[in-house]
Amino acid sequence: MLLGPSLTLSAILFAIGVFGVLIRRNAIVLFMCIELMLNAVNLTFVALAQYHGLSGQVLVFFVMTVAAAEAAVGLAIILSVFRHKQSVDLKYINLLRG
Amino acid sequence: MTEVVFYILAGFAVLSAIACILQRNPVASAMWLVGTMFALAGIYVLLNAQFIGAIQVLVYAGAIMVLFLFVIMLLNLTNDAGDLRGWPTRLIGAGLVVAIVVPLLTLGRYTPHRLASEVTAAAGFGDPAVALPGGQAALAATVDKGVVGAMAVPLFQQYLVPFEITSILLLTAAVGAVVLAKRKL
Amino acid sequence: MIQLIWLTVALPLVGFLVNGVLAFRRPDAKGAVSVVGPAVVIASFGVAVAAFLEALRSPLEAAVIVPLWQWLPVGALQIDLAFQVDQLSLVMLLVVTGVGSLIHLFSVGYMKADPGYARYFAYLNLFVAFMLILVLGASFPVLFIGWEGVGLCSYLLIGFWYGEKANADAGKKAFIVNRIGDFGALVAMFLTWQALGTLSFAGIAEKAPQLLQPGGAVVTAITLLLFLGCTGKSAQIPLYTWLPDAMAGPTPVSALIHAATMVTAGVYLVARSNVLFAMAPVSQTVVAGVGALTALFAATIGLRQYDIKKVLAYSTVSQLGYMFLGVGSGAYVAGIFHLATHAFFKALLFLGSGSVIHAMHHAYHATHSHQDAQDMRNMGGLRKHLPWTFALMGIATLAIAGIPPFAGFFSKDEILAFAYGRGEAEPIWKLFWGMGALAALLTAFYMARLMAMTFFGENRTGAKEREHLHEAPWIMTGPLLVLGILSVAGGLLNLPAFIPAGPHHLLDAWLEPVLEPSRQFLKLESPHGGTETMLIGLAVAIAVVGLFFGYRLTLARPIPAAPDAPPERGIWKLLNRKWYVDELYDEFIVTPLVRISRGFLWKTVDQGIIDGAGANGSAWLSRKLGWLGSRLQTGEVGVYVILFLLGAAWILHAVVR
Repeated sequence: MLLGPSLTLSAILFAIGVFGVLIRRNAIVLFMCIELMLNAVNLTFVALAQYHGLSGQVLVFFVMTVAAAEAAVGLAIILSVFRHKQSVDLKYINLLRG
Repeated sequence: MTEVVFYILAGFAVLSAIACILQRNPVASAMWLVGTMFALAGIYVLLNAQFIGAIQVLVYAGAIMVLFLFVIMLLNLTNDAGDLRGWPTRLIGAGLVVAIVVPLLTLGRYTPHRLASEVTAAAGFGDPAVALPGGQAALAATVDKGVVGAMAVPLFQQYLVPFEITSILLLTAAVGAVVLAKRKL
Repeated sequence: MIQLIWLTVALPLVGFLVNGVLAFRRPDAKGAVSVVGPAVVIASFGVAVAAFLEALRSPLEAAVIVPLWQWLPVGALQIDLAFQVDQLSLVMLLVVTGVGSLIHLFSVGYMKADPGYARYFAYLNLFVAFMLILVLGASFPVLFIGWEGVGLCSYLLIGFWYGEKANADAGKKAFIVNRIGDFGALVAMFLTWQALGTLSFAGIAEKAPQLLQPGGAVVTAITLLLFLGCTGKSAQIPLYTWLPDAMAGPTPVSALIHAATMVTAGVYLVARSNVLFAMAPVSQTVVAGVGALTALFAATIGLRQYDIKKVLAYSTVSQLGYMFLGVGSGAYVAGIFHLATHAFFKALLFLGSGSVIHAMHHAYHATHSHQDAQDMRNMGGLRKHLPWTFALMGIATLAIAGIPPFAGFFSKDEILAFAYGRGEAEPIWKLFWGMGALAALLTAFYMARLMAMTFFGENRTGAKEREHLHEAPWIMTGPLLVLGILSVAGGLLNLPAFIPAGPHHLLDAWLEPVLEPSRQFLKLESPHGGTETMLIGLAVAIAVVGLFFGYRLTLARPIPAAPDAPPERGIWKLLNRKWYVDELYDEFIVTPLVRISRGFLWKTVDQGIIDGAGANGSAWLSRKLGWLGSRLQTGEVGVYVILFLLGAAWILHAVVR
């Protein structure tokens, strides 16, 4: 039940997350928007788990775990970048410029 | 009834998300994101994924977002005026978003019958009860073993290897985060 | 021996290799070269004689094709490297190897003091090999190998003393002018292939009457283009200008290549393609007309040249014109006959002049004078000092003038008679006959002039030099003797019917099987009876009158020596300056071509377009594209995210239908 609306909600949240990634310059807030996108995808999995079996929910479980690991490592990286640049503004982080 | 609740929670989730991306203060952003997650947790419960709903609150809102807040406050970030990008980027962003999302919105048309008919490749609408036995089995398992037990079965049988690998992943991530964040190696 | 005919080519090639190696490793090994050089050609001559005798004993009904290997098997085009032994090629073979051997022997004495001795014989042997490939080839492509090869050797030998720029330029001129003719020959080959589907002579003789329309455009085009090649190789108008310049090479080279063999390749080609020419009356008229005109034109120039070799060069051009008049009118036998007799007496004349020049050089060398040893105004009265040379050159002069019973009389008379005979039906041939007769008069005149200036009168070389003038060694005079005998007896090859004694029409009978395919298109009648007697009488009279007046008018006034000679004036200047043809070519053809090449093709096309736009341009484009690509690497995450999402959107659209 509520399959259609759930999927629509998921799409909207995903869109908002993408927009946020494009809009923001603060690295941490960017990360948060990425988390928002992950949540949207989790919603899709759960909605479909009603019909395809509990594998959907297991996958959500894994997604959350990996998101946690990713958040930890990513924030650690942002920390060490901050130590060098004294800023998390993305416009100052362009050493890969070619 | 469930639908009304669903729509309320959905509306709240969307509004929180929009607020999250538009706030200039990073802490405010984080709090709005937490709000979104709570709303989503509610929706998970409505969708018969009670365990996931609980996990969402515990792990996502409770651990991950806390971590975010720790880091934000550690870095002592102020809210700069120039934190959002300018208009050209906003337009490009809007365009890209539309391009990505419009195909996804077509998913909204799906009903269980349509899903069933697609799965069985039958013409017209199929019967979800027959074509998608997984759903029924899930419901039965939940009733039989409880919410947690129902999830444990696939987790430790079908998905055992990914489970173990994920645990190693977590270990690696912990070590990596410690190393990366050290002041001096 | 006919099956081993390839030996005639292989032996000179071996000589080339041996002499070439010696030229590099031991240039002073003159003894070895003196043996190897002439020996291989004499051996070749031996093989040729053996093949000839074999053909005499068991007459050949058809040409014997001796295939060596498969050369160009390309789809429908199957060309083998094959030699064709028939009556015509045997005649040419004997002439080339025979006269070639004599000239090789002469060269041993003439080139003895030259540092490039081994190189000379290597080139000369290579030339003989290529010439034999030319005359023995069984198809146009094989003939063309020889054709190009003799052109190459001509270039190498004309510019033999390449230290002097003038010699190198003469070599280049010969090669380039020949190339223009070769273009015609190549296009003719393509047309032949397209029309007939075969390039072998046997195939052409068989298919041409079936597939081509007599007098039609295709066969006329083929024959005219072939003739263009002949004008280049055989120095006819308009491509004759290289031959007088080619006298810059050693005199035996002039004798062999530019008198007896290479320049006759064009005549041989026309005779070989007799079927095609017989089917194209327009081409016949063109060939004969150009031949007659060249004969007359070159004779006028020869009247007023002072370099002994230049006189002989223009004489060669003129006599080649006669040969083309012969083969053009359909009298193929007469043309080949004149080819053979001309080889004898012209080689004799050239070698004799070589003897004279050798003596003059020796004299000037002894007194350290820098006078021109080849200028006839510096000679005179040499019959006292070089009696044998004088006698033999005198015989050759009588032969070329056409005095009976010497060789030239019979061959020249036959050509003119056939031309006149054809004039009964088409009047233009009578004009050609007239031009030929006038040229004969001039020929006798300038040859007498040459003999008079060189051997008669007072000696103008100088008192001190006179003591050093003496006859050449026997290795040089010996071949002259043999050629003298041939010039006397050469007429026996094809005696006309009215001569009471001796074998008649030997060459006619011998070459009949080769010319048979053309007979269905062309029936040539030689004039008989009264007309014939009149023609013969006229010919003899012309010869006598020409010789007499040439001698008398030359010695009427004392001739000044070259340093004291007054400049030419008026018509004599025009003749001395060769009617300014070289200058005209230079002005209207060479200079515009050079200007186009340098100004347009080099600066604009090569440097501007190909280098600028092509090579440099593509590099510039690459750099620009690379720069554009580097703009993508901004290092900013925002940009990367946008690009990433662009890709994601695209994939999504591709998947979601």
